Amino acid sequence: MSLELQQRKIRVLIAKPGLDGHDRGAKVVARGLRDAGMEVIYTGIRQTPEQIVQTAIQEDVDVIGLSILSGAHDTLIPQVVEKMRENGLEPGKNVLLLVGGIIPKEDAEELKKVGVNEVFGPGTPTIEIARYIEENVKKLKKGV
Amino acid sequence: MVDYEKIAEELKNWETKNAKDIQKVGEYINRSGIPIKLLYTPLDIKDVDYLGSIGFPGEYPFTRGVYPTMYRGRLWTVRQYAGFGTAEDTNKRYKYLISQGQTGLSVAFHLPTQCGYDSDHPMAYAEVGKVGVAIDSLKDMEILFEGIELEKITTSMTINSTCPQVLAMYFCVAAMQNVPNDKVGGTVQNDILKEYVARGTYIYPPEPSMRLVGDVIEWCYQNAPRFNSISISGYHMREAGCTAVQEIAFTLANGIAYVDHVTKRGIPVDKFAPRLSFFFAAQRDLFEEVAKFRAARRLWAKIMKERFGAKDPRSMLLRFHVQTAGVTLTAQQPYVNLMRNTIEALAAVLGGAQSLHVNSFDEAYAVPTEFAVTLSVRTQQIIAYESKVTATVDPLAGSYYVEWLTEQIEEKAMEYIHKIDEMGGAPVAIEKGFYQKEIADAAYKYQKDVESKKEIIIGVNEFVTEEEMPITTLKVDPEVRKRQIERLNKVKKERDNKKVEEALNKLRKAAEKGENIMPATFEAIKNYATIGETSNILREVFGEYKALTIV
Repeated sequence: MSLELQQRKIRVLIAKPGLDGHDRGAKVVARGLRDAGMEVIYTGIRQTPEQIVQTAIQEDVDVIGLSILSGAHDTLIPQVVEKMRENGLEPGKNVLLLVGGIIPKEDAEELKKVGVNEVFGPGTPTIEIARYIEENVKKLKKGV
Repeated sequence: MVDYEKIAEELKNWETKNAKDIQKVGEYINRSGIPIKLLYTPLDIKDVDYLGSIGFPGEYPFTRGVYPTMYRGRLWTVRQYAGFGTAEDTNKRYKYLISQGQTGLSVAFHLPTQCGYDSDHPMAYAEVGKVGVAIDSLKDMEILFEGIELEKITTSMTINSTCPQVLAMYFCVAAMQNVPNDKVGGTVQNDILKEYVARGTYIYPPEPSMRLVGDVIEWCYQNAPRFNSISISGYHMREAGCTAVQEIAFTLANGIAYVDHVTKRGIPVDKFAPRLSFFFAAQRDLFEEVAKFRAARRLWAKIMKERFGAKDPRSMLLRFHVQTAGVTLTAQQPYVNLMRNTIEALAAVLGGAQSLHVNSFDEAYAVPTEFAVTLSVRTQQIIAYESKVTATVDPLAGSYYVEWLTEQIEEKAMEYIHKIDEMGGAPVAIEKGFYQKEIADAAYKYQKDVESKKEIIIGVNEFVTEEEMPITTLKVDPEVRKRQIERLNKVKKERDNKKVEEALNKLRKAAEKGENIMPATFEAIKNYATIGETSNILREVFGEYKALTIV
């Protein structure tokens, strides 16, 4: 790990893809991760996969957290992964891709197969998400 | 007469006698920030003027209920919010719900309909039929209500930015069934202010959006006397995290803004106010919720009478729908949600709701299955027919605790309303992000309290079990998008496109000139112009809103 990476704060993008306007969870997680010492950018609602990936690149984030409660995860998240890969972002390799929201269990498994690193359902403590990020960001190889 | 001095003396004796035990229990502050005493006595409500502030049901200030006989006279409407897939899928669900004893309909539209996109728009791609039914044109609405007599049932529609179009669709379907406008009953949400705060289905900036709200209210009072022209909603702000006190304060402050707007058009308050309706959440603190509903009724009656000079008692009635709280559903041990929902539904009934939706136990995962929603309907029916809580009006009135808490909530909500007035009213407070900040802070505090176990959630941070409770969730048919776009294309091919163009031009002119857009909207919708086409006209005239993001 480079010296620069050791010193800088973990950078997280919390994003709301699609038309879903329910962002209580996104905001609470953003604030929780900020309190855990991370740098957090929240996109606001109604983002396209393209916009999310562009923001992630511009902000040079270590983690992308997607929040969806509208059932559109089955289509939108594979689209985000596709856009990420087109732009040289590989979940689990040089960036973490996390999902939260209303996701049926079997869909969560599908999302992991597509490339999502972890799915956090309702009731997950923010400290648990922070702990997961801290442990797994270390394993990333940035700049690949 | 009650001997308050004697009671005070005896209370003191009791406190002295039990001092050790009382000290041990510590303090409890409820989620609205109100310290709750261990015990309430007549002393806590000795200053409450029964005739002045509690009174009789159906009489000002309506603390005890909006109707004299309440549920003995007529039960609340069992109205489950439902919609998914295509109009055919949802029509089938509605018929099923009616066959199970549901007494009103409530339409959940998919997000593209709510945000002004047709099903073939790129922004709609992932969302078609997901959280609601896909409605692009009048054709879909005809199918949605096929075989359902609109003269006999009332329908509530959760629609805001695209309310004018959807309202027009509903009345067009009614006309096809030969039901005249003045016989059509139901409700449109039409509450744009809270969309900027929570929920997020805005399209245009606040000013033209308020104008559209006013257009709908105006059209309804002139044409549809049985239709509730707005459902001023606290539910979504509560779901986003605010407290019970904030919920009624923000909702009533928004209500004030709407009444201000419509009266400024020169419409006398008593012409339209009887058709304003409300929508609140019911969470698990049963007594706080009951007190909240009672306080809200009293507050709104006072606001309408004192602030707006309403003379017609119907203008002062806070008639409301309740939905149990989605945020209280847990993904862990999902069947346990049935008990939470029951307590919440009971709160709505003890609080005097006119209409009720009970969430289903599986909704921390997906839109509910038929099995799950049947249990929601049964929950309502058990409260209605078996529990006997409906036997007498406002049964918790006179409870030292409930009356005291009703006063507390009213007082604290009024403080917020004053603060919002000082800021320049609800639209300004929202533009400044005041509601949003209050809500975000309350939501974060709640999360911290859950994580520190100050708030106990069964199955989440206490009584946690390792083994799973398997449930089957509803899957929306992945072919829905394809079928919906096929129908959209067919409609566009078969309609008279010249008429559509003319109607859309009229709509544009009405929007530009500041005329009520309802007549032009009706013409466009009747000729099968789509949600996307009509919304695009208004986007061109009004512009689009760019959100303010407050974490």
